[in-house]
Amino acid sequence: MITESLTISRRAFEEGTGWLLKPEGACKGDVCIPLSDQPMVASSDSDSNNDLVDLVGIAEQMGLPLVADDKNGVWALGPDSVGSRTLVTAEAPELTLPDLDGNLFSLSSLRGQKVLMVAWSPY
Amino acid sequence: MWQKFRNELHGDGLEIVTVGLETAGAEACRPFIEAAAPEHPSLIDQAHRSAELFGFINIPNAVWIDESGVIVRPAETAPSPPSIERERRSPFAGIEPPEHLLAIAGEAVNIQSSPAEYEAAIRDWVAKGSDSRFALSADEVIARSQPRNADAARGQAHFELAAHLEKLGHHDDAVPHYREAHRLTPDNFSYRRQAWSLEPAGEGLDGPVTRFWQGPIPGSEDTWPYDSDWLADVRAKGAENYYEPFTP
Repeated sequence: MITESLTISRRAFEEGTGWLLKPEGACKGDVCIPLSDQPMVASSDSDSNNDLVDLVGIAEQMGLPLVADDKNGVWALGPDSVGSRTLVTAEAPELTLPDLDGNLFSLSSLRGQKVLMVAWSPY
Repeated sequence: MWQKFRNELHGDGLEIVTVGLETAGAEACRPFIEAAAPEHPSLIDQAHRSAELFGFINIPNAVWIDESGVIVRPAETAPSPPSIERERRSPFAGIEPPEHLLAIAGEAVNIQSSPAEYEAAIRDWVAKGSDSRFALSADEVIARSQPRNADAARGQAHFELAAHLEKLGHHDDAVPHYREAHRLTPDNFSYRRQAWSLEPAGEGLDGPVTRFWQGPIPGSEDTWPYDSDWLADVRAKGAENYYEPFTP
């Protein structure tokens, strides 16, 4: 996920990485990575989704790469390598992308059907 | 390309979603999507997020997801069903290809995949569901998903940065991140094809065919910003090894 700040909301972290922050750690499916240090830096209001996450700290604890482009002031928080495989669970991750006209479509809206998702390119 | 197949099996519970991995954005995909006129969702993925999430490393790749949202086959080569239209189509139609494109075409004819076998497997899954021998257990899906060590994860972060900077119009700033992505994910061919396809093509070419050049322009090799290119990579790997064979 791309970020211009090293402190982001819990909601942005969870949506961007697919890892949910729970009392037992950062979890995806049945897999949890224990967090020894509290990654929250502050609670900005009563909605826990707006809690703030220290990206440097949580990236280090979870083994997520945090790559900077200093010139443009942006970072990319990369994916986990916890299981040495792309998937740590067979549950399909949520994916929301635009169509040609910019209308957003979420993969999860196709529950109840078999889905063949094909990646292609014009090159 | 998948539209006819989708319409045939849609009534049996199959939906197809196509995802264009294209940092250059929707307009670069538009001519292809409009020509295909899909009735299924056809999405644009500038950041290659689907590739990071599901493990696509070349194109075309696909995953199978069942009715409850569980992946039953991880990312793998996904040739579209055999068709006369595809056999007759050429990206070089209507032009006199320069030698470089003829060399690419010469290698491309030796690329092997199994479209009939793959189509039969999809049909079996649609008919039999979880009883299909092609529908894998959760453990098998995870075990067969693409390897990702710490280097590969870092390479994916570099690619995401490159795609973001490209989207902002900072191509020169994106190149070092593409290079790092290539170095750290040596098995990822779509990262390479994407970056190579954004560089200039030889003179006299216009339109979508320019995206297939993917290499230095003769006489200007010093300006090529990457350590390899499509022809060099395919020749080193062997065109017959371009795609992994289908494993039932």
